[in-house]
Amino acid sequence: MNYDRYLNQRIVSVPPSGIRRFFDLASSRKDAISLGVGEPDFRTPYPIRDAAINSLIDGETQYTANRGLLELREEISLYLSERYNVSYNPAEEILVTIGASEAIDLALRALVNDGDEVLVPDPSYVSYAPGVVFAGGVAVPVQTKQEDDFRLKADTLEKAITSRTKLLILPYPNNPTGAIMEKTDLEAIADVVRKHDLFVISDEIYAELVYGGHSHVSFASVSDMYSRTLTINGFSKSFAMTGWRIGYACGAAEIISVMNKIHQYAIMCAPRQGQVAAAAALRLGRENGYESVLSMRESYDRRRRLMVRAFRDMGLDCFEPYGAFYVFPSVRRTGLSSEEFCSHLLQEKNVAAVPGNAFGPSGENHIRCCYATAVDKINIALERMAAFVAEHS
Amino acid sequence: MTKLETSLLDILREDCRTPLEKMAVMTGASMDEVASAIDEMENRKIILRYSPVINWDRTDRERVEAMIEVRVTPQRDMGFDAIARRIYRFDEVKSVYLMSGSYDLLVLVEARTLKELAAFVSGKLSPLETVTGTATSFVLKRYKEEGVIFENDDTDRRLVISP
Repeated sequence: MNYDRYLNQRIVSVPPSGIRRFFDLASSRKDAISLGVGEPDFRTPYPIRDAAINSLIDGETQYTANRGLLELREEISLYLSERYNVSYNPAEEILVTIGASEAIDLALRALVNDGDEVLVPDPSYVSYAPGVVFAGGVAVPVQTKQEDDFRLKADTLEKAITSRTKLLILPYPNNPTGAIMEKTDLEAIADVVRKHDLFVISDEIYAELVYGGHSHVSFASVSDMYSRTLTINGFSKSFAMTGWRIGYACGAAEIISVMNKIHQYAIMCAPRQGQVAAAAALRLGRENGYESVLSMRESYDRRRRLMVRAFRDMGLDCFEPYGAFYVFPSVRRTGLSSEEFCSHLLQEKNVAAVPGNAFGPSGENHIRCCYATAVDKINIALERMAAFVAEHS
Repeated sequence: MTKLETSLLDILREDCRTPLEKMAVMTGASMDEVASAIDEMENRKIILRYSPVINWDRTDRERVEAMIEVRVTPQRDMGFDAIARRIYRFDEVKSVYLMSGSYDLLVLVEARTLKELAAFVSGKLSPLETVTGTATSFVLKRYKEEGVIFENDDTDRRLVISP
């Protein structure tokens, strides 16, 4: 039976994920060392798990309010205010979602009318462009370059703006590049946003993972951008809570209300235990100075330095990333494309990395390596990669 | 303790064979700073030794280990410290801890055979003046030690590739 005529062609038209192919390839290799994951290697700290366990034992298994447990929204409000100097009202300006992923999807569905153009930095996370298309918009990639440390530049941004441009997605710290945007970078973007009357969806999921003496600056805290920004964040990367599926969106009550409209019909509410655990994570964090987050960050930082140095020692051109947990070296000197490099590396050395072009055309000639893995595995993987690069140069 | 020293201790605990150069890269310090911080910690007896965690069950060495709960009566000239010292002087004794609770000292003992271990307890440990009682339990199986899981349970449960 041919299902074509039943299917939503807009969705069908989105090409299959480049990552998916590599996943299938890598899964078939026994004992490959994977530098291709996008999640922490830590488990959720036990006291957080404990809060959820107790909640289950106490029989808390019902729906929560659509927007999320008020306690969690209050904690989120305190957290953002304390850590990033942005203030949101828990009652009307915060929505708890199924991961930051749902928050992005809701934001796009709430803000995109057919044909609206959405600027998406390139390379960046795989979900943005498809999400824009699903919502009926047009995704417009904005190139970022290694020579700029993959930061979004105001002039490149401005050149991509047309009369149909409505939104800018700002994903920093960035997956896959590990790039961050400092205050001055963001101020330059703010000027463009203001000038062209744009709205910004700021995905700050890696906000806690910033290194080298830098601090994360939340876009909503920059000059007068507060009313032009939807701030998205979550618990997956900072608290190692990927599988729990808890994220949130914060912004103007009118926008949150429209997002909630979709959310309440399609989702009802985010998982209760995830919410309980997330509230516990923030409460404990406030009490102990976010020690578990800082300790994970310390570990990531050591591995980050190890990896960057190793790539440079191998002769690969590699800028120093100060955010997230990825390193994005260039493999140009081997003469192989991203995909060729990764598939040969996997076949010859049993090490998995993700080709940079899976994240957009500007990712070509780069590979994404994740350092959310034990040091001993990272060392072995880097040794094998060094041998591989030497053999292919 | 400086931040560098704390970081180095974390790194060394994971793998005490980490080369100096790698430690320098990981901490952002120079090799000289790292070497000198480690020397300092050795001098201050913060770091006492570097030894591997060994799974003896995978060797053919015969070995029996016991944990002995020891009750003592500290006397005027012999407080807990002195008693502990007396006990830990025996080569068979691997570890001695002063404990809270229903007994005083926890003594970890290793011998080649059960007979040898029993002989140690009855011949050398129990007869000590200040020892009023011992309770010996044998280690049957090691699951985890010093943060290292002995069985192959260390599987990474994450998807091999994820965005």
